Amino acid sequence: MAYVVQRPELTFKEKAYLPSILNGLKITFGHFKKMIKGETKVTMQYPEEKWDSQLPEHYRGAPTLVKDEHDRERCVACQMCEFICPPRAITIKPEEIPSDNKFAKVEKRPREFEIDMIRCIYCGMCEEVCPEQAIYLRKDYAINGLTRAEMVHNKAKLYELGGVFAGLVHKWNPEK
Amino acid sequence: MNPILFWLFSILMLGFGISVVANRNPVASALSLVVSFFCLAALYVGLDAYVLASIQVVVYAGAVMVLFLFIIMLLDLKAEVRRKFNRLAIGGGAVVAIGFAAQLLGVLGSHPRGDQPFPALKLAEGETLSDLQKVGETLFSQHTLPFQVIGVLILVATIGVIVISKRELK
Amino acid sequence: MMTLAFFNSIPWEMILWAAGKAIFVIFLVVLPLVSYTVYAERRVSAAIQDRVGPNRTGFPTTLLGFKKDLQLFLGGLGQPIADAVKFILKEDFTPGGVKQFYFWLAPCLAMLPLVSLAFIPFGSSLFGEKMVIADVNVGVLGIFAVTGCSVYAIVLAGWASNSKYPFLGGIRSSSQMIAYELSMGLSIIPILMLFGSMNLSDLVQYQADNGWLLLPLWGKGWSWERWLMLVPLGISFIIFMISVFAETNRLPFDMPESETELVAGYHTEYSSMKFALFFLGEYAAMIVGSALMVVFFFGGWSLPFIPDGNGNAAPLFQSIFGGIYALLPNWVWGLANITVFFGKVALILIFFIWVRWTLPRFRFDQLIKLGWLYLFEIALANIFLTAAVLAFTNSK
Repeated sequence: MAYVVQRPELTFKEKAYLPSILNGLKITFGHFKKMIKGETKVTMQYPEEKWDSQLPEHYRGAPTLVKDEHDRERCVACQMCEFICPPRAITIKPEEIPSDNKFAKVEKRPREFEIDMIRCIYCGMCEEVCPEQAIYLRKDYAINGLTRAEMVHNKAKLYELGGVFAGLVHKWNPEK
Repeated sequence: MNPILFWLFSILMLGFGISVVANRNPVASALSLVVSFFCLAALYVGLDAYVLASIQVVVYAGAVMVLFLFIIMLLDLKAEVRRKFNRLAIGGGAVVAIGFAAQLLGVLGSHPRGDQPFPALKLAEGETLSDLQKVGETLFSQHTLPFQVIGVLILVATIGVIVISKRELK
Repeated sequence: MMTLAFFNSIPWEMILWAAGKAIFVIFLVVLPLVSYTVYAERRVSAAIQDRVGPNRTGFPTTLLGFKKDLQLFLGGLGQPIADAVKFILKEDFTPGGVKQFYFWLAPCLAMLPLVSLAFIPFGSSLFGEKMVIADVNVGVLGIFAVTGCSVYAIVLAGWASNSKYPFLGGIRSSSQMIAYELSMGLSIIPILMLFGSMNLSDLVQYQADNGWLLLPLWGKGWSWERWLMLVPLGISFIIFMISVFAETNRLPFDMPESETELVAGYHTEYSSMKFALFFLGEYAAMIVGSALMVVFFFGGWSLPFIPDGNGNAAPLFQSIFGGIYALLPNWVWGLANITVFFGKVALILIFFIWVRWTLPRFRFDQLIKLGWLYLFEIALANIFLTAAVLAFTNSK
């Protein structure tokens, strides 16, 4: 069943066209005036105004590594994050902790831990999969560099961004 | 008028006139004709005939040739480019042109006033001929009848065009 | 001896004045005005659409070793310079299959509208020299001659590109220009009938003494005859304005380059500075159109309360403010007149931009119908109306 759209009956004022044009000019001028007066809410002016203070708790920024309160690196180089990472941004080279080390009973630690930030998609799977809660997505979003090599975060950089995360790992914490 | 400018524009005008005929590409011909019109307008300016020069540009270069170009582009005349020169036609045309030029030279040379300067026009104190008002007065007082006749003629031509184009549609 | 006589016969002073005025108008006023019109277009369109627009590009003082770029009051005033540098640095690509000669010729012709600036009086007088490049008695005709020829650039660009969208743009442009040139020319005739001359600087002088054509408030303008003339003059103003919009390919009549239908119309195949020339030509045509509107309807360089370059104003203002006028040297008033003229032009340019971001594009058949069936007839009837009003007021 065809549906016939009724054309509206135009009044003379509408047919004359010029009054409608004036009306349109009035509307656009209204927007212009509001903008000039500063009443229009516009987008954030990025480098001067930043969103940092309003970042939500669940914001997923750059992935980082954390140390615990005894200055021990939490990562045990289990490589689960490396395997789960969808864009394969993480590369871990594990090594054994020498027996004279204070944390020798942990047995394993990363010799090198690299996250290619050009590949990283900020999905947070590494954080989710980590059994030791060693990798966290922090709130840094302005990751930039002039070369590809600069965009690869090595272990030192990751710990610098991550800092210290005190407290028990969740799985050992009966309250969580 | 400065003789250097006169010769410059005359040569340019005739050169582009030849290029109108000699060019195989219709658009190039049309554009040569436009340049030719501009040179003619420049000659008019040199003779202090500003109104005539402006109208030359407005009517011929600005309107007529734009329409010409419009039509040429729509038709896309490729056959014209491929066509070869017809030697007989060129020869015949050259004979006619040379004959006409010789006759013109002969007539102008033998005319008794040919070496006399053109008589100065009678103008009141401080008047200039380029004034549009003067042209209008001359046109509408001394030459009213020819003006009206030409108007009717153009009207007839316009109506003729409409009649012919309407008949085509049926 | 012969050459010396020839050398002396050339009016050097006149040529130098004309060249000086041409350089002043084109390089110091119009080209900067063009680039800042583009900037204004972007800022105003942004404001109308509730955006911010380009407000960052300052003058690049960082290149000279300063810590920050120089940001003036609005910010982004360096944008036109950045645009120009960008255009120059882009690759100038000539597609294969184009008709080379005409492809190069078209952008050159696009700058033709600048020629008609020669006839426009942009100021009263400075040091006794009239501020118009060519003060001829056929100014109006000259301007129409130049605008009539400016269609060649678009038509040639469309044809030489050897590509379908530019071709359609060129065809559209030529039919549109022919249609609207007629109504544009006819809409000016009432003014010529009222004024009786085609000399534009005289027309502006008349308006300075007797009230602007659309604002007859002083001199001979303060009479019921001139107020009655406002009816035909108002009609011709509206027709002239619409025709200028159509002639300069501005929205709502930007058929030749309608992005949504024809990619970019006649300049689709052009890049780099060749494209920039089309761009400049378009905005130069806008400036010429606004200048014409100012000269014909809004009194050119004249502003009540400001005298001309000789320190003379309309008698009414002369009697009131004559003492003030004498306080300052005449060249100050001459410069003030030039500023007033380009200020009015800038206001009309803003109006152009405002209309562009308000109205949607016409359909092509509607456009041609409007031109041939309405504006042309109204303009023709308006001439008779003007004649009737003139006859009526003269007989009284």
